[in-house]
Amino acid sequence: MSSLRVTSPFKLGLWLLLAPLCLWLVLLIILPHLELLVFSFTEPEDGSFTFGFYQEFFLEPLYWRTFVRTAVMSIMATILTLLIAFPVAFYIAKMLKGRSKGIVFAMCLIPFWVSELVRTFGWMILLRESGVISNFLQWSGMSAGPVELLYTDATIMLGLVYTSMLFMVVPLVSTLDSLDDSYIEAGYDLGGTNWNVLREIVIPHAVPGIVSGCIIVFMLSLGNYLTPVLLGGKDSLWFTEQIYTQFITRFNWEQGSAFGLLLLLLSSLIVWAGLKLSGQSFAKTMG
Amino acid sequence: MIPSIKQSSGFNTIYKSYMIAFFIFLAAPLMVVAVFSFNDSQFPSFPWQGFTTDWFFSAEGEKIGIFFDSELLDSIWLSIGIAIVTTLLSISVACTNAFLFERFDFPGKSFLYMLMLLPLVIPGVLLGVSILVFSSEIANYLEDYWFIDLESLRPGLTLVIIGQFAFITTICTLIISARLKKFDRSLEEAALNLGASPLMAVFTVTVPFLKPAIVGAAIVSFLMSFENFNTTFMLVGSDAPLTVAMFERLREGSTPVLNAISLLLMLGSGVLAIINITMSKKSS
Repeated sequence: MSSLRVTSPFKLGLWLLLAPLCLWLVLLIILPHLELLVFSFTEPEDGSFTFGFYQEFFLEPLYWRTFVRTAVMSIMATILTLLIAFPVAFYIAKMLKGRSKGIVFAMCLIPFWVSELVRTFGWMILLRESGVISNFLQWSGMSAGPVELLYTDATIMLGLVYTSMLFMVVPLVSTLDSLDDSYIEAGYDLGGTNWNVLREIVIPHAVPGIVSGCIIVFMLSLGNYLTPVLLGGKDSLWFTEQIYTQFITRFNWEQGSAFGLLLLLLSSLIVWAGLKLSGQSFAKTMG
Repeated sequence: MIPSIKQSSGFNTIYKSYMIAFFIFLAAPLMVVAVFSFNDSQFPSFPWQGFTTDWFFSAEGEKIGIFFDSELLDSIWLSIGIAIVTTLLSISVACTNAFLFERFDFPGKSFLYMLMLLPLVIPGVLLGVSILVFSSEIANYLEDYWFIDLESLRPGLTLVIIGQFAFITTICTLIISARLKKFDRSLEEAALNLGASPLMAVFTVTVPFLKPAIVGAAIVSFLMSFENFNTTFMLVGSDAPLTVAMFERLREGSTPVLNAISLLLMLGSGVLAIINITMSKKSS
């Protein structure tokens, strides 16, 4: 087809380009995770095979409860993010045109260029006992004394939703953008109500965006560390925190590896289920 | 629900208020961070003690401004260094990846493409610990059997760079591939017909075409590296990059110097964001 791919330089080129890719994937992604797998099944004393670290996970309620809690809260955060982001994405994609559309969309994007740490810090200033909202409530007479709004599950949820909002809005806007207005108009012409049109036309069209948004948001919530630790306080109980504790604080790498793989297994399962349910492919959704 | 379909004015008002509320929600945490960096108090919270720029410029006394806080300044330089190296590495590999996936057909291509996307779905903490475990194993092996002590395989800057590179490369590859896809191959063929070698054709025709994507990917990569916490936190040694240093201070209880540095970060990333957005508009 092309002159670049006729002769032996083509083969050489192929190998030269394959080398960095394979080195990167094998050395930094595949082997390290295989190593985790081996670690999680190895008795540190004599190097023999053991299920002990997975047993420990199921026998110690703190561990599996944290795991379930992390999963459930991540799913809730994903649903909440979708519900909040959908009207916003629809407004940007369908209600706005031209310049104002670009500006509003950019306004959505810019906050997320700022470090997650800064955003979380902002919520701490807003929500803590001596914070902005607590002071506002006292000033307006809605509350007699200082209110501590940090360190609850609701705060963690708020932080998660805020942090991942962008990753829901962007895919939704791009799929809704591709929905032709005439379909919506046809829906109304045929006597549909807002609800009918939304359910029969808009949402089915937006499914690819919804799926990729949900997958990314779920992964980000599941793997989040800063938000639960800073907004949830000492008892936030997030699974990534358990992994950190095992690896860095307790230096129990075998247990930590088992935890890490369980987290990976859970996230892969949910991503797979999401793709299966919606009939999407991984490469298309991520790329 | 679209402009061509009339809705009751109540509906429109509610929808507009929702959008305004949403943007207040987005902006609120950033606004308070910015405002409290000017509070003349030891704590970034009420009561408001008056306006001051001490948290930026004060050299001594109770308030040490960010420009004189050597610990934080060092960590900023460290983060910048890490981000530059990570960006250079990621961009180089991303370019070769983009050419590989866009220009060549080979068995197992779609499988490799899927593998290439994998770092996007691996939680950052996990990526960090897996690289930590693997590199420590190699280091132990080298030490036990070859008596080589490779310090760079122990937690520290090298590992931080490797860890960030591992996932940032995927993102850069996606950005550069997207642009390469739009390239008109006949331009390259013209160069070949005019007597250029294939490599020359690529460097004189294709690479300049890719430049906006490469610059865009470099900006994204720089910021992702600079702001990364999860992976970095697992691999960090004794020198703390900015995010880790800020995290430690946040846990101890913060002074408004953190607001000051946050404000600077916001300005920095805001400028980069605007450059990137306008550039991507131009190139598309």
